[in-house]
Amino acid sequence: MKFTLTDEQSGFARSLDDLLSRADSVAANRAWAAGDHEPGLKLWSRLADLGVGGGGRGAPPPGKRTPGGGGRPPRAHLRGPGWVSGGGPPAPPPPTPVEIGIAFEAIGRHVVPGPWIESAAYLPLARTDVDLTESRTTVAMPYAVDADVADEVYALVDGELHTATAERRVTSIDPSRHLFTVTAGEPVAHGDLDAAYDLAVLATAAQLLGAGERVLADSVAYVKQRTQFGRAIGSYQAIKHQLADARIALDFARPLVFGAALELTPRSVSAAKLQAAEAANLAARVGLQVHGAIGYTEEYDLSRWLLRIRALQSAWGTASFHRERLLASLLADQSLSPSK
Amino acid sequence: MNLDFSPDELAFRDEARAWLAANVPAEPLPSMDTADGFAAHQQWERRLADERWSVVSWPEEFGGRGASLVEWVIFEEEYYRAGAPGRVSQNGIFLLAPIIFDHGTADQQQRWLPSMATGETIWAQAWSEPEAGSDLASLRSTATQVAGGWLLNGQKTWSSRAAYAHQGFGLFRSDPAAERHRGLTYFCFPLDADGVTVRPIAQLDGEAGFAELFFDDVFVPDADVLGDPGDGWRVAMSTAGNERGLSLRSPGRFCATADRLLDLYASVLEPVERTSSSAAVVDAWLRAEAYRLYTWGTVTQLAGGGDIGAAGSVNKVWWSELDVALHETALGLLGAEAEVASSWTDGYLFSLSGPIYAGTNEIQRNIVAERILGLPREVRG
Ligand SMILES: Cc1cc2nc3c(=O)[nH]c(=O)nc-3n(C[C@H](O)[C@H](O)[C@H](O)COP(=O)(O)OP(=O)(O)OC[C@H]3O[C@@H](n4cnc5c(N)ncnc54)[C@H](O)[C@@H]3O)c2cc1C
Repeated sequence: MKFTLTDEQSGFARSLDDLLSRADSVAANRAWAAGDHEPGLKLWSRLADLGVGGGGRGAPPPGKRTPGGGGRPPRAHLRGPGWVSGGGPPAPPPPTPVEIGIAFEAIGRHVVPGPWIESAAYLPLARTDVDLTESRTTVAMPYAVDADVADEVYALVDGELHTATAERRVTSIDPSRHLFTVTAGEPVAHGDLDAAYDLAVLATAAQLLGAGERVLADSVAYVKQRTQFGRAIGSYQAIKHQLADARIALDFARPLVFGAALELTPRSVSAAKLQAAEAANLAARVGLQVHGAIGYTEEYDLSRWLLRIRALQSAWGTASFHRERLLASLLADQSLSPSK
Repeated sequence: MNLDFSPDELAFRDEARAWLAANVPAEPLPSMDTADGFAAHQQWERRLADERWSVVSWPEEFGGRGASLVEWVIFEEEYYRAGAPGRVSQNGIFLLAPIIFDHGTADQQQRWLPSMATGETIWAQAWSEPEAGSDLASLRSTATQVAGGWLLNGQKTWSSRAAYAHQGFGLFRSDPAAERHRGLTYFCFPLDADGVTVRPIAQLDGEAGFAELFFDDVFVPDADVLGDPGDGWRVAMSTAGNERGLSLRSPGRFCATADRLLDLYASVLEPVERTSSSAAVVDAWLRAEAYRLYTWGTVTQLAGGGDIGAAGSVNKVWWSELDVALHETALGLLGAEAEVASSWTDGYLFSLSGPIYAGTNEIQRNIVAERILGLPREVRG
């Protein structure tokens, strides 16, 4: 037992953080929201170079992966345009769920725009017959996020995966998420859609965790330097306690997220999403409150996280859905228990 | 003890209800924080004013009906129940007008109130500054006396509606030697005066709901000082305790939102969302009902000549947190649709600012603890 990231995993997290800090992901998010995808797409390929992205051909369902979530180093040397077609090195192994957790925490921390959950978590498991490593994909759940920049769009019809075409643009509360209604086309061969769903839920939970952490960190920095009544507002207990509560909530979301990454089940990912969504929501509410009016402005960057956190509350399953699913799984266990 | 309305009050309610039913626009107006929406809301104010519904509690000579406080609360309840548009004139008619009635000269009342009542002149509150938010008394914008008036300099911010409004009202430091609450003067000024620069600021929803104001030697004549020079703080606070908590946010709007929440609940077919939201729906409704009843207590007290004082802070924490709860519950009921922009997401984003404006809830809780519970004051700088 060693419930902490390995050195390699921490290195992966750091390299993502470095890359995204240097790349001005917030500007990319704002440009994306305004309809200019270019900075976001640049970021996309750089993240893909680091090994975030589609799982590739024949990805095994996560349940079959080695316990411990793998400790491989980032596969930057294996990636980049051309390796698929050029008959170069063999397809890299898909990212482990722990790597997915790490990558999506970074995506949340830096409000990276684009259909990442769909492309990097859902579709690599949902479509295992074709190689989607180099593709940007999206799937209607019920809206298809960023279908306007996706190479391929999918929809679920009666539990089957179908191709789909984007129809009408729908406005999200988060302007960096461009939602589309779709019309479903032909059915396609698919892999384990339930496992794909669970990995997407894990990715969403990790993204919420990262976004919540960022809001908390920025808020703590702000209350140290903002003064009112001649004192830093962070010295007022009313402010301290709210931020401490956000810290506590996030501290208890993290183990559920990475616990779920180690053992990906409907139960574990639902628990992770519930707690991560709640903790991120608390961090967002507190973060706004301690900033006062400046936090309520569009131009102050905090707004990007506040809106993202709100949008992700209902993405990939609402709290009620996951609570219900969690309860069903707990009750099923209980009825199987030999002592009953 | 009773909650019965008099025959006059009932007649007033029926008249208001009938007029609103016949006149409230069928389609919601565009956001008042856009140029078109602002104009549309001004037009609506004009329509209200034509039938003397815009400022029911004002004397008739200024466009009102001389309605009692009870009737005003009744009107608000009817107004929001009818789904009528938000009030673009609210900061003028609710925050400034009471001060003009109490401290304004006859000339000021004549010049400012009638066009405020018709919505022709929209007023923006310019109290906060970048470094003076919760600690308003630390404000630094100055007023320097010159022949016939004053020159304003400095910066105000977060001024709601100022992006499109016509007039501003706010406090400036007129005595540079005085500190904090002393030496402040209350001014009214046109937002297009020479030396005023208005920079609209977009809010979370992307619309320019407030603005930053820069003052560069803005001349204001003596005739536009409200109350006595140097007496600005007392003037500003004289109505804050009584009026602000109640008149800015009467129960009507929350009761109306609670009713819409029930409609939404009834329309949701997803059993999962329904079951898991039922407690929150009921709780939100009862909190709105508590506010409605609490307000009749407040109104009774005020009508008897009482002063609610620090109880305004009790009020403010309650309505602002209630508003968040109402909208969060609605988003829960909307399930996977919650992310999609709607009147519920608009209302949700707006509700998030409630615990910040009109005095943050941290400050209100300090007031409740110190002035109502009598706890020792917190250490300040
Ligand atoms: C939507 C909106 C509309 C507004 N409209 C107007 C307007 O029309 N005109 C106008 O003049 N202003 C307006 N304001 C500004 C509003 O009055 C201020 O935001 C408010 O007074 C808080 O000031 P601040 O934003 O500077 O936050 P700060 O005062 O910096 O507060 C930041 C945080 O510190 C906390 N804090 C500060 N002091 C203490 C303390 N002693 N103890 C405990 N906690 C403390 C606050 O509670 C808050 O959580 C508006 C604000 C919003 C959000």
